[in-house]
Amino acid sequence: MVRYTLASALAGLVFGLGLIISGMANPAKVLGFLDLAGLWDPSLAFVMGGAILVGLFAFTVAKRRTLSFLGFAMKLPTNTTVDRRLVIGSLMFGVGWGIAGFCPGPALVALGAGYTKAAVFAIAMVAGMVLFELIERRRATS
Amino acid sequence: MDIAWDAFTPWSALAGGLLIGLAAALFVLLNGRIAGISGILGGLLTPVRGDLLWRIAFLAGMVGAPAVWVLFSGMPEVTIDAGYPALIVAGLLVGVGTRYGSGCTSGHGVCGLSRLSVRSLVATVSFMGAGFVTVYVVRHLLGV
Repeated sequence: MVRYTLASALAGLVFGLGLIISGMANPAKVLGFLDLAGLWDPSLAFVMGGAILVGLFAFTVAKRRTLSFLGFAMKLPTNTTVDRRLVIGSLMFGVGWGIAGFCPGPALVALGAGYTKAAVFAIAMVAGMVLFELIERRRATS
Repeated sequence: MDIAWDAFTPWSALAGGLLIGLAAALFVLLNGRIAGISGILGGLLTPVRGDLLWRIAFLAGMVGAPAVWVLFSGMPEVTIDAGYPALIVAGLLVGVGTRYGSGCTSGHGVCGLSRLSVRSLVATVSFMGAGFVTVYVVRHLLGV
């Protein structure tokens, strides 16, 4: 369990450092990518490309295993249905992303860098997640 | 289409991307999990015994990244142009949307596409498309 927790912290740290180096912790840069009609900054595509390049190898290995290299169960997603929830949720997320230039990871990194605005965004984001849980609970009981 | 050559940073973007990929690789190969930030954070809200510590550790690593980074170099520029009302609306949309759609840029965008998941491809096309349209509306139609 200690190794599991340490590996999680390490992955989170490396992820955060990647976001800082790539410039993606900066909403202005993300919005520069999303602004196709303005002066377009393609950097985000290079970030995704670099990440997926490494990810392709890692997940090819991961898919063939039932246990991780530390001996923990592989918990890869099994859901393959493309449904309304997936599309509507992703569209909502995209609108929010386009308004502020923050998605969850960069917001947490900018929060860690001490930006009040990132903290406000993060609190609203968690409130949105709580709202989602409340709606789901209500739906489950009705 | 006009490229913002002054803002475009291909090498640092690629380097940061490789690190993000490495983080996702470490997480799945060591712990067998998907490095999806919205899912890791959202899971804290419906606490299950024995399922909390790793989530907190991962998120602490992310939030702590700037503190580690400044030991070696200056923190790069972070410009948040959105005002507080916009940040609150955006945060709510991102919170509800990522949970409803089961993922964000990391879980669907990075990990999902790396797994060659059609579901994640649909999600990524949806949120990127919505992002493009939203920025177009905000910047070029509303002129904010």
